[in-house]
Amino acid sequence: MSDTARALLVANGISKRFGGVHALSGVTFEIRQGEIYGLIGPNGAGKTTLFNVLTGIYPADGGEFAFEGRSLAAVKPHEVAARGIARTFQNIRLFANLSALENVMIGRHVRTHATVFGAIMRNARTREEERAIEKRGYALLEYVGVARRANDLAKHLAYGDQRKLEIARALATDPRLLALDEPAAGMNATETAALRALLERIRGDGTTILLIEHDMKLVMSLCDRVLVLDYGKKIAEGPAAVVQKDEKVISAYLGADVALDVKRA
Amino acid sequence: MPHPLIESKHPAIAKAGLVLIAITLALLPFALANIGTAWVRITNLAILYVLLSLGLNIVVGFAGLLDLGYIAFYAVGAYVYALLASAHFDLHLPFWVILPIGALVACVFGVLLGTPTLKLRGDYLAIVTLGFGEIIRIFLNNLSRPVNITNGAMGITGIDPFRFGTFSFAGTDTVAGLAFTGPIKYYYLLLAVLLVVIVINLRLQDSRIGRAWEAIREDEVAARAMGINTRNMKLLAFAMGASFGGIAGGMFSAIQGFISPESFVLVESVNVLAMVVLGGMGNIFGVILGALLLSFVPEVLRYTVGPAQMALFGRTIIDPEVIRMLLFGITLVGMMLFRPAGILPSALRKRELETARVPAATTA
Repeated sequence: MSDTARALLVANGISKRFGGVHALSGVTFEIRQGEIYGLIGPNGAGKTTLFNVLTGIYPADGGEFAFEGRSLAAVKPHEVAARGIARTFQNIRLFANLSALENVMIGRHVRTHATVFGAIMRNARTREEERAIEKRGYALLEYVGVARRANDLAKHLAYGDQRKLEIARALATDPRLLALDEPAAGMNATETAALRALLERIRGDGTTILLIEHDMKLVMSLCDRVLVLDYGKKIAEGPAAVVQKDEKVISAYLGADVALDVKRA
Repeated sequence: MPHPLIESKHPAIAKAGLVLIAITLALLPFALANIGTAWVRITNLAILYVLLSLGLNIVVGFAGLLDLGYIAFYAVGAYVYALLASAHFDLHLPFWVILPIGALVACVFGVLLGTPTLKLRGDYLAIVTLGFGEIIRIFLNNLSRPVNITNGAMGITGIDPFRFGTFSFAGTDTVAGLAFTGPIKYYYLLLAVLLVVIVINLRLQDSRIGRAWEAIREDEVAARAMGINTRNMKLLAFAMGASFGGIAGGMFSAIQGFISPESFVLVESVNVLAMVVLGGMGNIFGVILGALLLSFVPEVLRYTVGPAQMALFGRTIIDPEVIRMLLFGITLVGMMLFRPAGILPSALRKRELETARVPAATTA
């Protein structure tokens, strides 16, 4: 990845306070076109808050994001999706009482156009669009590997399949940036390996990925570059291998004393 | 394409079933008229409740917005018709002009209710909508001074029946020896409107719009993150639900010939909501069943509880009116205990894909 690669998302001094708690203070970074960008840090470091500010769920108290050169300040969540940023949630948020296929079909909402009038009249154009939505939905289920559960309620899917379904639903919005909040949480080694292959494939198909993850093995082997947050501040950024050896990162994760021991060893 | 009304593995049987239902519905009013004209009226009222329940189902069942003031839209539709087609203002517009106006006015009120409540959910939304319903009723009660608009608690009398040129829905016409009484004519009209409303509901549910509503019901934050404009979609649900209520109200007005704020009390809102919940929120046929049951069962009990006591004990021990509501209440409580999701719970829609065969996996 050369420095001249196009920046897809630029974060400039993002700050967010909750009462007296500085969840994010002046976080600045840049995600380049086509990379897998890791976002790590201890629990409570502000990773999910960063996601929520990015996707418009919380307004930023300071700084702003620019996506493809356009500011995301004061852009509502549904407009963020329309701009081309899709996300998943740390605590899976599927539409539990709808089928897996319908979950993905809802993801197509933002790229389709049928109005109330079209829905009631069910004219040729609406029927054509519906067929396309369904076809695309099923193709995406196949892509992530849960097509055999297409007609089952989302809540009846196995945990790993629910995670994959959430990714399929996000992909249905045709994102250029896919933001994943701990997609490997609760997965066993086999499932994680499959997830890794899936993420590689998504990147290979041209979607940039922003990844929050606690599974360090996955982050280190998958991410091109990593941003480390601690107490809402950026403490390191760079290629995974470099960040891994950073003193501040080690002490953030293991405590300062242990970090010293590690250095001596 | 599956049949718009019935998805079945045996299209021939489904078709035969539909024809049978159609014949039954066509002959029903004459059979009922034999028992007593009151039963045709009761049936008409039941169909109005089905219309109301289907309207409320859009708001509560599809979009998951608990609305306890739904009857207000019924009231708005009823009053729009009454004011534009009675001696009160000496206006006598034809019904096919007024009904769309009524739907539109109700729709505006729907948006009026929806806008300030966009951020509310569950109990909080229920309280605000309940207040809204009461506000409308109290307004209707008091808009008689200084300018007499609604005639207050006295209500409006002498409301025009539906008329098409010289053909009136009131009064009896005899065609080929069959007596088409007023209620019977309204029955057919109501049935036609109901059919249209059912088709609209079915099509809305299985569309981009319906899926967006269901997404909001399931998880509003996720829906927004998927690019659904939740504000517009919620307002749309309120507006659509209100319009159906408005149309039903207009028809109620014409059929009764008299309306007063009395008809639009909170209990009516609760009643319609009970129909939706009892039948199965979000399931169109469940909601229809719920509305029919809650409309007919109390009436059937009204006519059977008294005679049954006479036959059993030789005298009336408990006032039929009391025992009727008691039985009714017990039935409702029992239903909620044993089938909390309603008689016909909202079912998983299985899709027959053209692109691939999807095996019907066993559900957990």
